[in-house]
Amino acid sequence: MNPVNYVYLAALLFTIGAAGVLLRRNAIVVFMCIELMLNAANLALVAFSRLHGNLDGQIMAFFVMVVAAAEVVVGLSIIVMLYRSRHSASVDDASLMKL
Amino acid sequence: MESLIGLLVGFPLLGAAVLLCGGKALDRAGHWLGVLLAAASFVVGVVLFVDMHGKSPDQRALHQHLFSWVPVEGFRADAAFQLDQLAMVFVLLITGVGTLIHLYSVGYMEHDERRRRFFGYLNLFLAAMLLLVLADNYLLLYVGWEGVGLASYLLIGFWQHKPSAAVAAKKAFLVNRVGDAGLAIAIFLMFTTFGSFAFQPVLAHAGGASEGKLTAIGLMLLLAACGKSAQVPLQSWLGDAMEGPTPVSALIHAATMVTAGVYLITRSGAIFDAAPDAQLVVVTVGAVTLLYGAIVGCAKDDIKKALAGSTMSQIGYMILAAGLGPIGYAFAIMHLVTHGFFKAGLFLGAGSVMHGMNDEVDMRKFGGLRKYMPVTFVTFGLGYLAIIGFPGLSGFFSKDQIIEAAFAKGGTQGWILGGTALLGAAITAYYMTRVMILTFFGEERWRRTPAAAEAGVDAADAGDDAAGAHGAADAHAEPHPHESPKVMTVPMMLLAVGSVFAGGLFKVGDGFVHWLEPVTRFEEGHPPVASGVVTAATMVTLVLGAGAAWLQYGRASVTVPSVAPRGNPFTRAARRDLLQDDINHALLVEPGRRLTRGLVAVDEKVVDGAVRGTASSFGGLSGRVRRLQNGFVRSYAVSMFGGAAILVAATLLMRGV
Repeated sequence: MNPVNYVYLAALLFTIGAAGVLLRRNAIVVFMCIELMLNAANLALVAFSRLHGNLDGQIMAFFVMVVAAAEVVVGLSIIVMLYRSRHSASVDDASLMKL
Repeated sequence: MESLIGLLVGFPLLGAAVLLCGGKALDRAGHWLGVLLAAASFVVGVVLFVDMHGKSPDQRALHQHLFSWVPVEGFRADAAFQLDQLAMVFVLLITGVGTLIHLYSVGYMEHDERRRRFFGYLNLFLAAMLLLVLADNYLLLYVGWEGVGLASYLLIGFWQHKPSAAVAAKKAFLVNRVGDAGLAIAIFLMFTTFGSFAFQPVLAHAGGASEGKLTAIGLMLLLAACGKSAQVPLQSWLGDAMEGPTPVSALIHAATMVTAGVYLITRSGAIFDAAPDAQLVVVTVGAVTLLYGAIVGCAKDDIKKALAGSTMSQIGYMILAAGLGPIGYAFAIMHLVTHGFFKAGLFLGAGSVMHGMNDEVDMRKFGGLRKYMPVTFVTFGLGYLAIIGFPGLSGFFSKDQIIEAAFAKGGTQGWILGGTALLGAAITAYYMTRVMILTFFGEERWRRTPAAAEAGVDAADAGDDAAGAHGAADAHAEPHPHESPKVMTVPMMLLAVGSVFAGGLFKVGDGFVHWLEPVTRFEEGHPPVASGVVTAATMVTLVLGAGAAWLQYGRASVTVPSVAPRGNPFTRAARRDLLQDDINHALLVEPGRRLTRGLVAVDEKVVDGAVRGTASSFGGLSGRVRRLQNGFVRSYAVSMFGGAAILVAATLLMRGV
C-alpha cells in the first residue's frame, strides 16, 4: 500500500484530535484528544520514516511514546486534583489561577 | 602702598562676613563693628590719597595683581585692582559718606531687632561698590556691579514684612537685570573686538576699532548705566526703592549704586569719544532724565520720593556732562561728589524728620518743624541751598560748570542741552523750595487741632468720605516732633559742611579738574556766550523757580491743604511718575503675561496633549488586548492553533512564491 495514505490518515486523526481539544469541555475527553494528536504525529513520523527509508522517524516516535506515557501520569493526576477541588471535570471551570 | 588697596575692599567685606555669619552673639556690638570697619576703609583711603597726592600726576596710578582668575589659552581674566585718580575720588566718597551713613544708622535703626544684619548688608554694599570702582578690568567690575545690585536688593527689601518693600526690592533687582544684561553684552563685544576686557588695552585701542562696533559697545554700556543710575527708560525702580530704611536711600543715592553708571561712562570715556552717535544718545538720556526727575520731584508729596526724583534729575546732569566728552567728564564727577554730600545730607535730614514724626513721610502733614528740629533744619537747609546751586555752595560750582559745558557742546545741540539744563535748574529750585517750605515752614499741619482738621476738610471738598476715612486712620496719635540724637545729627552736620565747602574747595585753582585730567582728559569748553552770562542766567532761573514755589506754598496767605488737591491731568500723571509704571505695564508686563498665557496653552494643548494622547491610546489598546487573556484554556488553544495554521499557511505560500 502507498505509504502516503498513512500520512493522510495521520492528518485526519490530528484534525479529529484538535477539534476535540477545541470543542469538548470535559477534561478527560480533551486529554484523550491530545493523546490522539500525539499518536497522529507518531503515525506521521513512522510514515515519513518509511517514505525516506531511514529509521530516524521511528526513533522519534519511541521518544514521543515515552514522553506521552509520562504526560498521562502527570495529566491524569492534575485532572483528579481539579475534580476534587471543583467537583467538575470541565476545563471552562478552571479559568482562574486560584481556587 | 599697592598692598593697601586690597584692604579698602577687605575691611567692609570682612565686616559683612562677620556680621552676617556671626549670629546673635554680635547683636549688642555688631553695629559698631560695621561702623568701625567702614571707617577703617576710609582711613586706608585717606592714607592712599595722601600718598598719591605727593606723587607727580603721571606716577599716581597704582596697580595690584591679586591672582589669575581664569587663566585659559586665548582668554585671560585677572583679579587685579587699579587705583588711579578717578577711582581715588570714588573711594573717598564711598567710604567717607558711607561711614557717616553707617554712623547715622546706629541711631536710626536703634529699635530694629535686625540691626546687626542691616549693618552687614551696608558693609556688603560698600565692599561691592569699592570692588566696582577699584577693578582694573570690566569683568571684575561686573562682579562689583552685581554685588551692588544684590546689596541694594537686600537693603531695599530690608523690611520685607511689608509687601510694598518686598515688591520694591524685586522691582529694583529686575530692572537692574536689564542694565546688567547690557553690561554683559558690552563685555562680550569688547572681548571680540579687542581680545581683552582690561581697561588699559581696551581704552588704549578704542580709536582703532570700527565705529559701528564702538557705538554698539557704547550703547550697551549706556543701557547698563541707565539701569544702575536710574535713567530713562530704566528709572522706575528708584522711586519705589524708597521703601527701604532711609539710610539705605542715602547710601544708594549719594555714595553707591546710582553713581556706578556715571563711573562706568566716565571710565569708558575713550570708547564714547570715538563713537559720537553713542555720545549723542548719552546726552539725550541725561537731558530727558534731568527733566523727568525734576518734574516727578515737583509732584510728589512723599518727602523721600521727592528727593528720589531729585536724585534722578541730578544724575541726569551727570550723565549729560559725561556724554559731552572731555569737556564734561571732570564736571560729571565733580557734581557727583558734591551731590554725594548734599544728597546724603538731605536724605539723612529727611530720615531725621521722619524719626521725629512717627515715620510720617507725607510733607503735607509736616510744616513748621524748624522750631522743633533746629539742627535738622539747618543741615537740611544747607543741603537745600547746595542742591539748588546757591552761589558759593557746592552745587553752585558743580552744576554751573555742567550747564556751561552743555552750552559749549556747540551748535543747535549745545543750545538745546544748555537750555534743558537751565530749565532743570529752575525746576530743581522749585521742587526743593517746595520741600523746604512744606517741611519746615508754614502752619503746623501735623497738629490734631480743629483748625488743622478743618484745613484738611476744606481741601478735600471733592469727597468728604475720603477725608473722614483719612482723618480716622491718622487720629491715633499726634506726633511730638523732636530733634534726633547726636549719633544722627553729627553725620548730618559733617555732610552739611561738605555740602557748603566741597564745591569751592574743588574749584580752587581748578584743582579737581587737574587732579582727574590724567584719567579723563580735559578740554576747556567754550560756551557761545560768556560764562558770566550763563552764571547770571542760572541765577535768574534759580530765583524764578524758588519764587514760584514761594508764591504757591510759602506766602502767609496761602494755606497748604493737608490732603493733596486733585490737580490737573499733568500733575496727576507726574504723581504717578509720569505714567512710567503704566507704560511699562502696557508695553512689557501685559504682552509678557499674554505670551506666558499663550505658552501655557501651547504647553497644555500640544505638548501635554501629545503625551496624554500617547498614554491613553496605549491604555485603550491594552484594555482590548487584555480581554484575550480570559483564563479559558480552550481559547488559548484556539490562538495556538490559529497561529500554527497561519505559520503553516505562510510557509506554504512562501514556498509557492
